[in-house]
Amino acid sequence: MQLYELTVHEMSDLLAKKKTSAVEITKSFLDRIENIDSKVGSYISVLGEDAVKRAMKVQKEIDKGEMKTPLSGIPVALKDNICTDGMRTTCASKMLQNFVPPYNATVSKKLLDDNAIIIGKLNMDEFAMGGSNENSYFKPVKNPWDLDRVPGGSSGGSAAAVAANLTGFALGSDTGGSIRQPASFCGVVGMKPTYGTVSRFGLIAFASSFDQIGPLTKDVTDCAIVLNCITGYDPMDSTSFKGEYPDYKKALINDVKGIKIGIPKQYLGEGLDSEVKKAVLEAVEVLKKLGAQCEEFSLPLTEYAISAYYIISSAEASSNLARYDGIKYGFRADEFSDLLDLYKKTRSEGFGSEVKRRIMLGTFSLSSGYYEDYYKKALKVRTLIKKSFDEAFKKYDVILGPTAPTTAYKFGEKLNSPIDMYVGDIYTVSVNVAGLPGLVIPCGFDKKGLPIGLQLIGKAFGESTLLKVGFTFEQNTNYNKKASI
Amino acid sequence: MEYEVVIGLEVHVELSTRSKIYCSCATEFGGQPNTHTCPICTGMPGVLPVLNVKVVEYAIRAGLATNCHIAEFSKQDRKNYFYPDLPKAFQTSQYDIPICSNGYIDIEVEGKTKRIGITRIHIEEDAGKLIHGDDAALIDYNRCGVPLIEIVSEPDMRSAKEVRAYLENLKAILEYIDVSDCKMQEGSLRADVNISVRPVGQKEFGTRTEMKNLNSFKAIARAIEGEAERQIQVIKDGRVIVQQTRRWDDAKGMSFAMRNKEQAHDYRFFPEPDLMPIVIDEEWLEEIKDSLPELPQARKRRYIREFGLPDYDASILTGSKVLADFFEKAVKKASNAKVVSNWIMGELLKILKEKEMEVEQIPFPGEYLAKLVLLIEKGTISGNIAKKIFEKMFSQSKDPEVIVKEEGLEVVSDEGVLLVVVNKVLQNNLQSVTDYRKGKKKALGFLVGQAMKETKGKADPQVVNKMIKEELGKFK
Repeated sequence: MQLYELTVHEMSDLLAKKKTSAVEITKSFLDRIENIDSKVGSYISVLGEDAVKRAMKVQKEIDKGEMKTPLSGIPVALKDNICTDGMRTTCASKMLQNFVPPYNATVSKKLLDDNAIIIGKLNMDEFAMGGSNENSYFKPVKNPWDLDRVPGGSSGGSAAAVAANLTGFALGSDTGGSIRQPASFCGVVGMKPTYGTVSRFGLIAFASSFDQIGPLTKDVTDCAIVLNCITGYDPMDSTSFKGEYPDYKKALINDVKGIKIGIPKQYLGEGLDSEVKKAVLEAVEVLKKLGAQCEEFSLPLTEYAISAYYIISSAEASSNLARYDGIKYGFRADEFSDLLDLYKKTRSEGFGSEVKRRIMLGTFSLSSGYYEDYYKKALKVRTLIKKSFDEAFKKYDVILGPTAPTTAYKFGEKLNSPIDMYVGDIYTVSVNVAGLPGLVIPCGFDKKGLPIGLQLIGKAFGESTLLKVGFTFEQNTNYNKKASI
Repeated sequence: MEYEVVIGLEVHVELSTRSKIYCSCATEFGGQPNTHTCPICTGMPGVLPVLNVKVVEYAIRAGLATNCHIAEFSKQDRKNYFYPDLPKAFQTSQYDIPICSNGYIDIEVEGKTKRIGITRIHIEEDAGKLIHGDDAALIDYNRCGVPLIEIVSEPDMRSAKEVRAYLENLKAILEYIDVSDCKMQEGSLRADVNISVRPVGQKEFGTRTEMKNLNSFKAIARAIEGEAERQIQVIKDGRVIVQQTRRWDDAKGMSFAMRNKEQAHDYRFFPEPDLMPIVIDEEWLEEIKDSLPELPQARKRRYIREFGLPDYDASILTGSKVLADFFEKAVKKASNAKVVSNWIMGELLKILKEKEMEVEQIPFPGEYLAKLVLLIEKGTISGNIAKKIFEKMFSQSKDPEVIVKEEGLEVVSDEGVLLVVVNKVLQNNLQSVTDYRKGKKKALGFLVGQAMKETKGKADPQVVNKMIKEELGKFK
């Protein structure tokens, strides 16, 4: 067994027992990256020397006494839209190819405060827009289970790196499914916490009212450990939840007796791959046997979630990405005749086609004459979708369903059909539209051996319930033990 | 045909909070370029705004002082447009639900009181400043994120005079409630003027134009007159007024079209998702209400009632909080309010005007003026000497009592001392003595003047007058 194969809590145990060191662990991952990431392409930047130096420093602290936190000395890699002070943060875009922020995102600071070792920045779809990681300016990420297939997106680098043992754990961001769908495609655990639970300060914005940072880990225990580090009120983020945060590790109880689980009929209908459906229904049977009360129900408005999501998120994106104008930082076109030309050329050359598509879509839906029909109507739909979840949670503790309609598909399969790509978000976007937490855990494999992810959706701030159900499922199944590449 | 001018104003006021609206950078004017900046106010990737509560408080103060309704719930919106001085490429402002709405202020023009409606007051952030060089434009982001309120009036004004009265009133109110220093020359108070003309008696408004780049009250008055004239001429020529934004060139005395309505930006306003709605609770509102000071009009009424000042004096004194405070400090010690007022309205404002200084720059406290007035009242100094002392007070910021002592400027009324002077003057001006005795009574004045000159103005003129008369009577 190699160090890089261990979960966070396993490494943490070894460190506490002085059976290994932060330096050994860090080097183990750096070697692994060196050896196989050329195949996977999950990293945009790797911190070699600096990470080892930091590991040495942390190890000295560990040697002196107690472990500061369960993340002390544990290697982590961040999706490259999370700002790291003095470390290039690119959003996988030509626009920010050489951008080095002079500040840390709140989550980066929290990880460093907890003595985690940041070993690099992970590949993604440009500005977190996409579901296949084919939209990275640098290179596509490959699925560690089958290198001909996509890892999902937009946090494809994060999911692939965890699956391929290229980091202890990773942070991603989820705007419409960007943590959960790649977690499903790569067979890892991914959590999108409730909106407002993890500070967005320093997360380069795609769609402000949806974006949420969350962990991608090897198991549910790791997920709880990471949540304990990254959640909490942040005065730098006005949308941050100002209240009590639980100890998520306390939710790791192997017991689902009496838990009421609803399965939306709309999540099992047309468009869902039969093997995925089978795996999800088998998972329901497992939970039933363990004492959970499971039933199908109707969750209305599911079919409108994608339209509302793409209108609002693109509108916000069109405004959030307007600052990349070639004036202050980032890419600037070489030649231009005047100010307007500078803007046009910089933005035409600096952004990829998916980003431009969303900017145009968003600009359109906010334009006078269209605002009422598109943006405003989408906001109304959003309110209704929230209400339909509120209704459902009067009856159920957890809503269960698939994460994505299919398992990982081949490169190029959907690249030329944006709508097909968008429809892939059908089971994940509602969660962002309603601001709810969603946990994805492996629940099986298709005939090709590709992983399938089970999605558990909770009430706002109901992460603990999701962790409890996820933990119980994990303890009683064997799906996340299988090694990949 | 007679035409009437219809004017509405959009006034931008920089608030005097210590820090910016969405970050903790200093709002201080000046400073080396880009020294009062941080990743937030320069729009770096990933940063988020946090609303400065003081900004909301100041806006509420302005709203209450202008009789506005204060919204229990309001929100902030993004106004999207590209310009290098706007680093986020959107200005955070308020679109459909401003903090304050439906207010008014009363102005007085030519003895008549008129109510000017205030449509709304909303909060927003200022942009940076472009500095144009020979072959490059540089950007100073210091002003980026400095909090502003925009005060939008109803189209209730009908002349440049009314506009001036409105602006002076508004400025005084904002100074009184201490939310802005309202310095036009530093750009902390800026006005855009919406103007249209229509035949007298017509109910519908004419097509309006918006005038920008107005940096002083005088420029505003000139711009209004110039633009009204231009519009009337256009109509008389049988042409049509185009709805457009125009830039006033005060040096040329002309306005130039900047952009037409069709070219106007589509700002694509939408609710700012990074900020929560602004909810103002009753208790806070009451607290702010209770903390508001006496406002200019109430103060003016009090001056008329309490000090018996004429309307004119009271208006001028209360038109500026600094001046009114100065007056009250002086009047506290020197009880004759009208005399104090006369000094302020006369000598003080005259010298400020000569030296092109603002009332904020008066170099001595109100107490000094009180002392000066008391020195005259007690007969320690003469009125003429007082004027000289006043000039010294102004140029050296000195206590008038100290000046009197140092320079020995007390009135000389001791007859023993003055007799020597009187005799000297009579001996040196025998012709005048003769003239007087021949019946030329005018000669007395000349002789008294000579005696005053001899004492450098310090002699008590009444005593000198009496003594010269007596001396001339002795030797007939």
